Amino acid sequence: MSDAGVEMTYREALREAIREALNRDPRVFLMGEDVGRYGGCYAVTKGLYDEFGPERIRDTPLSESAFTGAGIGAALGGMRPIVEIMTVNFSLLALDQIVNNAATIRHMSGGQFNVPLVIRMATGAGKQLAAQHSHSLEGWYAHVPGLKVVAPATIRDARGMLWTALEDPDPVVIFEHVMLYNRSGPLAADAGAVPITGAAVRREGTDVSLITYGGSLFKALEAADALQQEGIAAEVVDLRSLRPLDDATIMGSVGKTHRAVIVDEGWRTGSLAAEISARIMEQAFWALDAPVGRVCSAEVPIPYPRHLEDAALPQVPDIVAAARATLGR
Amino acid sequence: MSTPDKLHLNRDHALHLLRGMLRIRRFEERCAELYTEEKIRGFLHLYIGEEAIAVGAMQSLTPEDAVCATYREHGHALARGLPMTTLMAEMYGKRAGCSGGRGGSMHLFDAASRFYGGSAIVGGLLPLAVGIALADKLQGRQRVTACFFGEGAAAEGAFHESLNLAALWQLPVLFVCENNLYAMGTALDRSESETHIFRKAESYRVPAESVDGMDVIAVEVAARRAAADIRDGAGPRFLECLTYRFRAHSMFDAQLYRDKAEVEAWKQKGPILRFGQWMQETGMLDAAERDAMEADIAAELDEAVAFAEGGAAEPVEELTRDVYTEPRS
Repeated sequence: MSDAGVEMTYREALREAIREALNRDPRVFLMGEDVGRYGGCYAVTKGLYDEFGPERIRDTPLSESAFTGAGIGAALGGMRPIVEIMTVNFSLLALDQIVNNAATIRHMSGGQFNVPLVIRMATGAGKQLAAQHSHSLEGWYAHVPGLKVVAPATIRDARGMLWTALEDPDPVVIFEHVMLYNRSGPLAADAGAVPITGAAVRREGTDVSLITYGGSLFKALEAADALQQEGIAAEVVDLRSLRPLDDATIMGSVGKTHRAVIVDEGWRTGSLAAEISARIMEQAFWALDAPVGRVCSAEVPIPYPRHLEDAALPQVPDIVAAARATLGR
Repeated sequence: MSTPDKLHLNRDHALHLLRGMLRIRRFEERCAELYTEEKIRGFLHLYIGEEAIAVGAMQSLTPEDAVCATYREHGHALARGLPMTTLMAEMYGKRAGCSGGRGGSMHLFDAASRFYGGSAIVGGLLPLAVGIALADKLQGRQRVTACFFGEGAAAEGAFHESLNLAALWQLPVLFVCENNLYAMGTALDRSESETHIFRKAESYRVPAESVDGMDVIAVEVAARRAAADIRDGAGPRFLECLTYRFRAHSMFDAQLYRDKAEVEAWKQKGPILRFGQWMQETGMLDAAERDAMEADIAAELDEAVAFAEGGAAEPVEELTRDVYTEPRS
């Protein structure tokens, strides 16, 4: 990453990416609930309605199934739509369109049709929004062949993944963790597109691999700082892409550190963390010096009170404890 | 060739309509036989009795228009011009099928004629049709997207969301509801408080009418009128075609939910029976000509079966193809 850049928030990086896409390709348009006049539920699209007009920043009724399906249809019809579903919680109302149409049409048509659609949505907990507004269901989408699923965690990825996703001939689902929108950092003025496949090692280490993505990345980095104080060198792997998973980077890290802790805000049962753990067993079992650890959300609908929400989600001390445990400490 | 918005009911056109309906009838009768011979497997939903709708409505479309259909779509595919050979090969699951063998009876696709399936989720393609029409409108193309579905779809949320969106954005969609009175085994008056489906469309300010779906001319006239309005930029149109399915819902249906007498009464109103009789009474068709038409279709069908029988099965090594677009080499 270049450090000679401008400071911007994750939200602004997403907005710049959308603006660039709209300017570069007349086929690109964005639609979703309150993306236009209101400026976006999380203010990602603020100002774009005035800049690009109601045709290209298209407000929709509260009809997740219809406007997501319309995005699929528009992609089939030669456009490059970006569908914004306000949050993953509401994406359940569009699940049929995503799983039964977007993910299947290429296959069912014997390769005659493809769906170059990008779906963005917010995910995750941490704002005391209670059980129906705090889901982390990206693992469900990562389960489905035909979809590509990405979770940009850094400013650079927030800025660079959208264009690559729009260039992709197949449907790409982008998950933006709600706790990231206000984070800021430097972004090089010439920062361009980044790949949407492949994990990134965000911090090098030799003793234990902390494997995570999205909103949990910064908790893992913080945990790595704390572990450093204790003389434990943690490596932090940012998955970036949840489907496909970058097995090579995961196994490369585990092969070096011989220990792994997976941090995933999804519920433990049937989680992405479970999938990654299984892959490590299959591909790197003999490199392990300790059982794979997992830090996931507690098996409870996310509660409203701050102290209970905190207790339900992966936290830095949980990660530190899990990392220590792999070292027998 | 007649222009799509005008009906010229001369002898040639009447023969074309009768032939179109007979091709569907004979194709499906053969499919039912092939099913009992276990050449065709999975679900097989026959359109027998409803042929006037696909054949009549399709007369209003140009080759540039788009079609979305359901899992009871053999008739629509044939009426749209897909060859019987590749259709039958698809029924057999062969590589030479119109969907490469991957879809089967419920998922017929054809890029050349903009035939977008073949969806087995009730109401699932309505949002797609809206999106395809949106893409056409945004790109300034004077095209119509015809979307066929059963009356069961009117109970789905996607139906209401899609009608609202199409009306709100004044999109060029021709909604064609095939009301055959039963959603699988559930009679319309046991599932809908308002059994006139076209009134639901009117509530979204979509001009709508009820049509005798057993009368191919009535369907054609209504569809041409609706399609002409749509092409003029007047927004979506809705036809409720009243019809009846003569056969079981699928090959697994014992039909305990309806009287045999009811089925017989509807068969007397059958679209092919009625139209064929009318043509004979008016001197447009004599017995010898009818026999010749039947012989032609039988030969076409024999050729289609031979094509399907002779088609190669896809090698298992290709199992995972067409899940994602292959990178261009």
